[in-house]
Amino acid sequence: MDYFAQQLINGLVLGSIYGLIAIGYTMVYGIVGMINFAHGDIFMIGGFIALISFLLLVSLGLTAIPLILLLVLLVAMAVTALYGWTVERIAYRPLRHSFRLAPMLSAIGMSFVLTNYSQVAQGARVKPVPPIITGGYTLHEGPEGFAVQLSNMQIMVVLVTIVLLAMFTWLVSRTRLGRDMRACEQDQTMAALLGVDVDRTISMTFVIGAALASVAGMMYLLYYGQVDFFMGFVAGIKAFTAAVLGGIGSLPGAVLGGLAIGLIETFWSAYFSVEYKDVAAFSILIIVLIFMPTGLLGRPEVEKV
Amino acid sequence: MTALSTETTHAGRTAGIPFILKKAFLSACVALVLFSLMIGIRTEAGSDGQLTWWTRFGDLASIVGLVFGGSIVIELLRQWLGPIGAEKLVPAPVQRSLSLAGRFLGPALLVFTLLVPVIFYNQRYILDLGILVLTYVMLGWGLNVVVGLAGLLDLGYVAFYAVGAYSYALLATNFGWSFWVCLPLAGMLAAIWGVMLGFPVLRLRGDYLAIVTLAFGEIIRLVILNWQDLTGGPNGISDIPRPTMFGIPLDNSDDGLAAKLGIDYSPTHRIVFLFYLILALALLTNWVTIRLRRLPIGRAWEALREDEVACRALGINTTTTKLTAFATGAMFGGFAGAFFATRQGFISPESFTFQESALVLAIVVLGGMGSQLGVALAALTMIGGFELFRSLETYRMLVFGMAMVLIMIWRPRGIIGHRAPTVYLTKAQAISSDLVKEGHG
Repeated sequence: MDYFAQQLINGLVLGSIYGLIAIGYTMVYGIVGMINFAHGDIFMIGGFIALISFLLLVSLGLTAIPLILLLVLLVAMAVTALYGWTVERIAYRPLRHSFRLAPMLSAIGMSFVLTNYSQVAQGARVKPVPPIITGGYTLHEGPEGFAVQLSNMQIMVVLVTIVLLAMFTWLVSRTRLGRDMRACEQDQTMAALLGVDVDRTISMTFVIGAALASVAGMMYLLYYGQVDFFMGFVAGIKAFTAAVLGGIGSLPGAVLGGLAIGLIETFWSAYFSVEYKDVAAFSILIIVLIFMPTGLLGRPEVEKV
Repeated sequence: MTALSTETTHAGRTAGIPFILKKAFLSACVALVLFSLMIGIRTEAGSDGQLTWWTRFGDLASIVGLVFGGSIVIELLRQWLGPIGAEKLVPAPVQRSLSLAGRFLGPALLVFTLLVPVIFYNQRYILDLGILVLTYVMLGWGLNVVVGLAGLLDLGYVAFYAVGAYSYALLATNFGWSFWVCLPLAGMLAAIWGVMLGFPVLRLRGDYLAIVTLAFGEIIRLVILNWQDLTGGPNGISDIPRPTMFGIPLDNSDDGLAAKLGIDYSPTHRIVFLFYLILALALLTNWVTIRLRRLPIGRAWEALREDEVACRALGINTTTTKLTAFATGAMFGGFAGAFFATRQGFISPESFTFQESALVLAIVVLGGMGSQLGVALAALTMIGGFELFRSLETYRMLVFGMAMVLIMIWRPRGIIGHRAPTVYLTKAQAISSDLVKEGHG
């Protein structure tokens, strides 16, 4: 039971990270109607930016950990958001009215560019960071000495996810930009006719998605204590799986799907085999799409003729 | 990365020097922020697990300067040439003569390919490169059935290549079966996997289909990687038997081909044999595809690609249509995999990554979906181009990715051209397919 509780905590933390990435997929899919293949790499870039800005701030003489983390968060979000904007500008905007395969291939090309760019820029080796947030609580001490731990790091990851999610929900439901985004999701031509700047709205969607992915990258860096240039690919597919599982286009669905994938992956590694955890996650994608093509919270797709 | 300059200037607007400078300045600013941390500062894990870092402001400055200059050049070129369009870059008469030449290009290319081992007999490197290119031509033609003809986006094609390779390797090393027995078996097994993948994805389309096939490809790779007892895991399978010429081994033994013919043995014999073997397999793929295209099933594929709803309304069974496309494409992938295993003599999961799938898909799409000649030329260009960058190992994929993006922006329908449906209800209009874009036609 204790072991189960510990895995539950670990799974929820991992799921929060996936959920943050999944929001980017869901938003872009909702508006542009296609998978942003480079999104996983944006997450990876976010991790790198967080790592480098952290090193810089520490060497500048800052010692207050909360201040450093806040600054790192802001820098990572800002710079990674610009990456998201650039990706949209180069690989998507020129192809917006092109036939379906073209933007998808240019996105795959962009994903290769980002992966290999960070390999060239930062080397292929895994970059470790020492644990920054230490300490935690022991929730329950079992008779055999197995204790259920909840670290401060895990609390922070979940808290940051909740705060960002709340901010983001507010943004989509209450602001002008959010209204524009929902309008574009319904019908881009109509939205444009009614005075919505479609180009700007789509750009902002990429920017916000990238900013959230960069937070996920930073959390990943702090939680696992390392980044490498190739981590975006698998994390990207899993986050996409989460988005599909939750029902693509639905924001709460993305988080729910993220948590589900995090839990499934953690429990699979704990009770079955670590080697096949990715196989389990990808198999779920296929199974979900067979039996629930619209996911947990998705709306049925209307067939456009 | 001239991010800002990809926006098309409106026709008729004359932009002055201040405009160009402003644009270049903005591009440089964006580049400065983008690259400041990633290029300006280099991190590396030290020997004691501690991270070290140093600055590279020189590199950063030169990249930002390059973006600034590049932006000006591109903007000037754009004003000079006008809005970039494929019609403008390749004038219509040239395009017409090219399409005329295309009719002779195919046979000419085939004759040249047949003669390659004769012309370059002593140049092992060129022969090896030729085999590599032909392998990708075959893979491209195989995937062309799925993507180009049936319009089903498959991002996990390399899975079937892997199934073929491992089928042959396991059958040959465990049971000692010959290549010629294993080849059809490998193709059949891959086709079965194609059908198995086909079933769950029958209801999906577009991007969902792409991501499911991607996940499927990864599942196959991960299972191969982790099923140590059967596949050897990351160590792969070595000592895969070489193919024989219908039972006659191509080696230096007494009953080898050289001894039987009474000529001196040379290792080139085997290379030449492999060259003709893959050429034959590729041509088989091509021939079957062209024949199938004329049959009802091929026409159903093309109908499916053009419009799935209309296709169903016409009474075409989309289930069998999709499944046969997947199975046919997968079978050729399996053949190519078996050939790959026998050529290398060693296979490991490393050869079957997503990058390979993307490379083959890029060949199909860049060559022009459904165009047989286009795919062959694209394979020649891409694999040849890839070879040119071999010395720049780390930059290779970077350049490849950039090329993919740029070519898609330049010609979304493929460089060489794409194949229109074989059958029309009315006479085909004489307008370029590039002008008829989805949602605008």
